[in-house]
Amino acid sequence: MLMINLILILIVGGFAALISERFGQNIPRKVALAVVMLDLVYLLLSLSVMPELELLQAPQPSDPQSWLMHYSREWIPAFGIKIELAVDGLSLLMVFLTLILGAVAVSASWTDVQVRRGFFEANLLWTLAGVLGVFMAMDLFLFFLFWEVMLIPMYFMIAIWGHENRGYAAMKFFIFTQVSGLLMLVSILALVAVHQSNTGVWTFSYFDLLNTQIAEQTAFWLMLGFFIAFVVKLPGFPFHTWLPDAHTQAPTAGSVILAGVLLKTGAYGLIRFAVPLFPQASIEFAPIALWLGAAGVVYGAVLAFGQTDFKRLIAYSSVSHMGFVLLGVYAWNALALQGAVMQMVAHGFSTAALFMIAGSLQERLHTRDMREMGGLWQNMPRMGAVAMFFVVASLGLPGLGNFVAEFLILLGLFQVDRWLTVIASLGLITGAAYSLLLMQRSFQGEPDETRQLTDFGSREMLTMAVMMIALIGLGLYPQPVLDIARPVVEGLLNFSATVTGELL
Amino acid sequence: MRELIGLIAFIPLLSSVALILGAGRLSRIVIGCLGVGSVGVAALLTAAMGLDFLANPEPFQVTLWTWMQVADFAPGVAIYFDGLTLVMMSVITGVGFLIHLFSTEFMEDDISYARYFAYLNMFVAAMLILVMADNLLLLYLGWEGVGVCSYLLVGFWYQNSANGYAARKAFIVTRIGDTAMALGLFLLFTELGTLDIQALGVAANAKWQVGDNMPLLACMLILGGAVGKSAQLPLHTWLPDAMAGPTPVSALIHAATMVTAGVYLIARTHELYLLAPIAMIAVALVGLTTSLMAAFTALTQRDIKRILAYSTISQIGYMFLALGVGAWSAGIFHLMTHAFFKALLFLSSGAIIHCLHHEHDIFKMGGLRSRMPVTFWSFMIGSAALAALPMTSGFFSKDQILLQAYQMHGIGPWLWLGGLVGALLTAIYSFRLVFVVFFGQANTEPDKHTGWRMAVPLSLLCVLALLGGWIIIPVAEVFPVASDHHPAFWVEAVSIAVPLIGVAIAYLVFYSRQLRLEGLVKAPLMQKIQHFWFSGWGIDWLYDRVFVKPYYGLARVLKSEPVDALYNLIVRVNQSLNHWLSEGQSGQMRRYIASMVFGLIVLLAILVGVL
Repeated sequence: MLMINLILILIVGGFAALISERFGQNIPRKVALAVVMLDLVYLLLSLSVMPELELLQAPQPSDPQSWLMHYSREWIPAFGIKIELAVDGLSLLMVFLTLILGAVAVSASWTDVQVRRGFFEANLLWTLAGVLGVFMAMDLFLFFLFWEVMLIPMYFMIAIWGHENRGYAAMKFFIFTQVSGLLMLVSILALVAVHQSNTGVWTFSYFDLLNTQIAEQTAFWLMLGFFIAFVVKLPGFPFHTWLPDAHTQAPTAGSVILAGVLLKTGAYGLIRFAVPLFPQASIEFAPIALWLGAAGVVYGAVLAFGQTDFKRLIAYSSVSHMGFVLLGVYAWNALALQGAVMQMVAHGFSTAALFMIAGSLQERLHTRDMREMGGLWQNMPRMGAVAMFFVVASLGLPGLGNFVAEFLILLGLFQVDRWLTVIASLGLITGAAYSLLLMQRSFQGEPDETRQLTDFGSREMLTMAVMMIALIGLGLYPQPVLDIARPVVEGLLNFSATVTGELL
Repeated sequence: MRELIGLIAFIPLLSSVALILGAGRLSRIVIGCLGVGSVGVAALLTAAMGLDFLANPEPFQVTLWTWMQVADFAPGVAIYFDGLTLVMMSVITGVGFLIHLFSTEFMEDDISYARYFAYLNMFVAAMLILVMADNLLLLYLGWEGVGVCSYLLVGFWYQNSANGYAARKAFIVTRIGDTAMALGLFLLFTELGTLDIQALGVAANAKWQVGDNMPLLACMLILGGAVGKSAQLPLHTWLPDAMAGPTPVSALIHAATMVTAGVYLIARTHELYLLAPIAMIAVALVGLTTSLMAAFTALTQRDIKRILAYSTISQIGYMFLALGVGAWSAGIFHLMTHAFFKALLFLSSGAIIHCLHHEHDIFKMGGLRSRMPVTFWSFMIGSAALAALPMTSGFFSKDQILLQAYQMHGIGPWLWLGGLVGALLTAIYSFRLVFVVFFGQANTEPDKHTGWRMAVPLSLLCVLALLGGWIIIPVAEVFPVASDHHPAFWVEAVSIAVPLIGVAIAYLVFYSRQLRLEGLVKAPLMQKIQHFWFSGWGIDWLYDRVFVKPYYGLARVLKSEPVDALYNLIVRVNQSLNHWLSEGQSGQMRRYIASMVFGLIVLLAILVGVL
């Protein structure tokens, strides 16, 4: 029940925020914050009664009883569709990330949303609910449902509260995700049909479908359906073009959720579904996926370097960083996979913070164009120092979380493909180039003394401090996260090794 | 006692954090006490640790915690302490403390006093981690940490975009080397299964033979990192620009400590280099070439700090030469003496700049000998040591390098000869500086005097630069024993004489002006050569054309997102289809009839065809 409650609290909370607007303009944001916090506390309390031992034991991917939590009940028995939710270490990390960044997103939009605040907070909470569903649903039908559900409130957030070109951006975001989602739906239905013809049983359950025997050719195409859906979301090169538009136009909270959480559903999908459901096909496809990852790393970095729009630059940096995740997943060894999980968490924090800074700048300067900035450190030293922290985090300074992630990924990748590692490592150099350029154009350079700008206040500093502490913790002592992810990673590696008879 | 060694790095770090968190709320006294005091405490602790170690010279290892553990990759946050660590820590905290003290006066009027000391303390912490690290990953943390601090301090006066450019250049150019080094780490871990430096040496010797390809590759990748950080060819271009930072920063980071990290790294991994003789020759050649290139360039510069910057590049070249010929302890010895006299030179030049309204051009100085006596004597001693005049610290270390280079099998005498040319040039340009700045006619009047916080560090560094050559560094256990075979007497005599000749030339040209070079200098060919040297051998120009401009161009071309063109094509096809079909709904009866008839005919045709 715990898992369903987590989602229900957010959905009901969304309605509460919607209604609460009647009692005052500033009520919905408080309601939203309270709801997310409630969810977070609820999760922590439920976990605190769980024996620690369970966290560290390796679950069998195909045995739901070995997972941390499992819940299942009939929904549409005719087709074997169930309401089935389960959580292992990977999902748990993602759920935590979602809720923490959810709170950050509420804080980020504390002052910048002016109209229909109730509906805004409701959409925010509903997006989070959809994301939690994606991270926990183990029935593929239900999974697909959540996959689509998280899309709609996000669409509204961009289309209603976005910036000057919001209509275009929202539509582009919707169509890209929708079309790729349809490919996945086709794959899901085909997979279920194959399973039914093999065994005579209708089921959408992940645990039942894991060991489906599929003809080689068919498996490849089905895998591709999943792969494209997830890579569009990730976003991987060359399916990334919706992202810069969506990010740039979305309101701050939307960008935070998009970059921090929504992109991770793509990475999660690859690790959870695309590879384990079709291990053999994935092995054969891995070289292509790796090349796409490396291309994304370099391409995203070059494009980030060319941008003049603050948010667009960060958006392209996400393309580059998510390329590392793709590399980590398809290198498919313990180092690289752990790195990929780490990257999901660390990138969530660093990018969310940078988008929040971008939002604060836009709120104060009414522009995102870096050519109109410069020397802002003088006007806002606190924001400058905070920005410097997250910029060096994002360029992979050792001691902060992103470094651990990228180093593990590259180290794992090196054991698979050395030349590709060399190419991907170019991302370290190009990453430094665009990150420092961002800093130069906005906070350094000649200051404009006439500007009257308010520096970060205590609400912003508190939010930033949470993310800074998180990144320092991940950078200096990443073991808790690695330990939670380890059983999952080991389970997946063992599973795919037994299915394919060899390691990827 | 030994368990507390981590504190030495932790105290400056803590002070840095305190300065950042307390920004705007601390008085200048408190900031100064924190900034200088934390490094002072670190220096005292290092001294205590050193005495303890010298009494009982047994290397030890302290693991603070396991940094991360994935599969069999488990680097620790762990410290390894031996004689080499002690030398490096002493230089960092000792010279570092003097420079911090100097800074309190130099930066007195700066509004960002706290930010300055926060960065400087953070740098000391990162540099200490670099030299204390027991494994290459933690070393890499310090390595990148000092890089970021260097970036922050070069661009300290961020209001000027040129400083920002220099800072970014410094970071990105060194990052190119760092990336090579990271690849070296991947290779070493994949091949040997560990990154612990001591274990690496054992594993490498067990697995590889001398001359194998793998150690060669690994050493070349590590060399990539070293040339980046230590400003050697081909990645040296950032250092002269890095002079944009405050002068004490140049003294600490860009002379005494960070730029010598590459030397430390190669010395630390010498077990690997011993397996790759070709890599060692590469190190020696890189060092010698850089040393000569930079010395020629220094000869033509006018900016006092740029002269010193090129001189630093050149001197680190000597250290690389030493490492390349296997004179490990001579290389480290020169690292230490160079830290003394180059810090001294930078700080004295800082005192000049401070008292001369931020004037950098040496030809606008002149005649400062009587006006700034402390600075004059400091500079004089520093230059003497730099030129390796007998009995100064630089003499002992450079002499060792040259003699050991001579003894190398095969190319040894050639390396020695090259080193001698470098020594000659060094003596010329360093005394050109002395004669132009301190003698002759006064061009600018100093408007300030040096206070005690500047004079004390200068005086102490004078003592070190003069007498530092008598220090015996405790690295005998760290490195393989060098042969104590002495080369012929004439080799030694020539090595000693050459710097004196250089000083004499500088005297004749720049002081007594008995040797007139105007005719030569004004000749068109010489003008061209001078210009070529002045520009740093055109390397910046070349990189700008080959790397920087194309990269900007690429970014500009791609900015409009060519990939999107594909998706826009889909959109356009749909739009034109829509347009085309909606045209059909014109409301004109004859069109509808025509299309119905046409459709009927097609259907009939199909029908007929099928039948």
